[in-house]
Amino acid sequence: MTAPSLRRAWSALMTGLTVLAVVAAVLPLLLILGNLVLQGAGNLSLDFFTREPVPAGETGGGVAHAVVGTLLMVGMASLIGLPIGILAGIHCAEYPGSRLTWVTRFVADVLNGTPSIVIGVFAWTWIVATQKHFSGFAGAAALAMLMIPMVLRTTEEMIKLVPHALREAALALGYTRWRTTLQVIVRTTLPGIVTGVLLAVARVAGETAPLLFTALGSQYLSTRLDEPMAALPLTVYQYATGPYEEWHRFAWGAALVLILVVFLLSLGARLALRRTPIGRG
Amino acid sequence: MAESALARVTPPPVVDATAAAPAAVDAPVRIRTDKVTAMYGKFVAVKGVSLDFRAHRVHALIGPSGCGKSTFLRTLNRMHELSEGGWITGTVHLDGQDVYGDRVSVREVRRRIGMVFQKPTPFPTMSIRENVAAGLAVGAPRSRAETDEVVERALRQTALWDEVKDRLGASALGLSGGQQQRLCLARTLAPGPEVVLLDEPTASLDPIGTQRIEELLFELKRQVTIIIVTHNMQQAARVSDTTTYFYLGQMVETGATREIFTAPKHEQTEAYITGRFG
Repeated sequence: MTAPSLRRAWSALMTGLTVLAVVAAVLPLLLILGNLVLQGAGNLSLDFFTREPVPAGETGGGVAHAVVGTLLMVGMASLIGLPIGILAGIHCAEYPGSRLTWVTRFVADVLNGTPSIVIGVFAWTWIVATQKHFSGFAGAAALAMLMIPMVLRTTEEMIKLVPHALREAALALGYTRWRTTLQVIVRTTLPGIVTGVLLAVARVAGETAPLLFTALGSQYLSTRLDEPMAALPLTVYQYATGPYEEWHRFAWGAALVLILVVFLLSLGARLALRRTPIGRG
Repeated sequence: MAESALARVTPPPVVDATAAAPAAVDAPVRIRTDKVTAMYGKFVAVKGVSLDFRAHRVHALIGPSGCGKSTFLRTLNRMHELSEGGWITGTVHLDGQDVYGDRVSVREVRRRIGMVFQKPTPFPTMSIRENVAAGLAVGAPRSRAETDEVVERALRQTALWDEVKDRLGASALGLSGGQQQRLCLARTLAPGPEVVLLDEPTASLDPIGTQRIEELLFELKRQVTIIIVTHNMQQAARVSDTTTYFYLGQMVETGATREIFTAPKHEQTEAYITGRFG
């Protein structure tokens, strides 16, 4: 009698609730993006990327020092972190039963969950405190420490997705183990590994906390990794909390640039993953 | 499902397949196993199997699931030792040479004894041509022209050439399941093995794909010795010259396929091939 209409009403209600939840989830993101574009886009110009900051109170200038600092430190962190993370990930996937793998996996999971400021403090004790000065290198090392566990775990998971039959097929052709791993397994899952790499780069590019105690930040354009170095997230932090209107505008611009970088890297990660041959055939 | 298919086997449908084969006795023994026992850790999967596989024959290994026939097959090219806890006792000789001998290279053994698996396993990142040539990469270096020649020959042997000759550079994943399996067979044949092991090669194929593979075996046995594990008894009866029946890890009976299917000596074998159990 009323049962079908009741059921329909119930269904409509639940559908409505899920739609509401989706809106609640996406709305903040859209508001942030919209606000950033409104406030930040107007400040982006060629000068913004190519000129150094001018003394406080004056107008003009740019954040070239922070752009260069971020590129250098993220690049350096990638040079250190990616080979270690990828190779360790391959090891864990290749020797899933070993004790070393168990320990590595456990440590990586703990590191993945560690607040990044803790990593920053550690980099400070190990590098800054022993060298007695802040440096871009210390910042890069802290970022690398964040990247390693992320890249390690995604590499391992991606390799585990490759069907066991492929490995056997290669070995049955007389392939050595390393050749099987590199030419068949890693090659098959390369888009997945690239995805993990891009996401890790996107993640550390926006990190502020690990740089506070290590790279410290700077007002000058410098490519010397043994000196304090500026970075976009640090600039956002510094300028947004500063007293000048000009600084605030730069903070908006820098924040927008950061979001765009993350956006582009994530997009690249998506595209890379779409190229993966596993599960397509 | 498998049971009902098996029930229809009696009487064996195509017996002249073996009748057409050359006399089985005089061909040289290609692979000889002596008391091969294969284990996973402490679990014994194959118990003391001694068998001769003569050259240029199709040898079928049959038996119910879990009877050890696949494990036994994998001891022949030393794939079994890759399994968790896999080890064996006894010996396997290929042309009189101990496959498990101290000075024998595993990779050399696997190049001489090729293998095709239950599911097609084309390498996803490689083109059709690269897939067929994959096994050549680990052998003696070859020029591009030589490689092309070997690839064409292998694809012709597997009746795939006409279907793929215009798209050798395309991904192997674009092929149908049956074509993929024939591609895997071509990849196995390309390095020129003496023996080809087939582990239920048609289990994941449709009837047409199955038929094409079976047809190929008649041609291929002129060049290689074939050992095929199959669940499908009609298939064993159709394609093989000798049949060996496995049960609970032991070799129960072996002989010419015609005899196994018409006059089995053991009640066990008869019960299985007539579909009374399986």
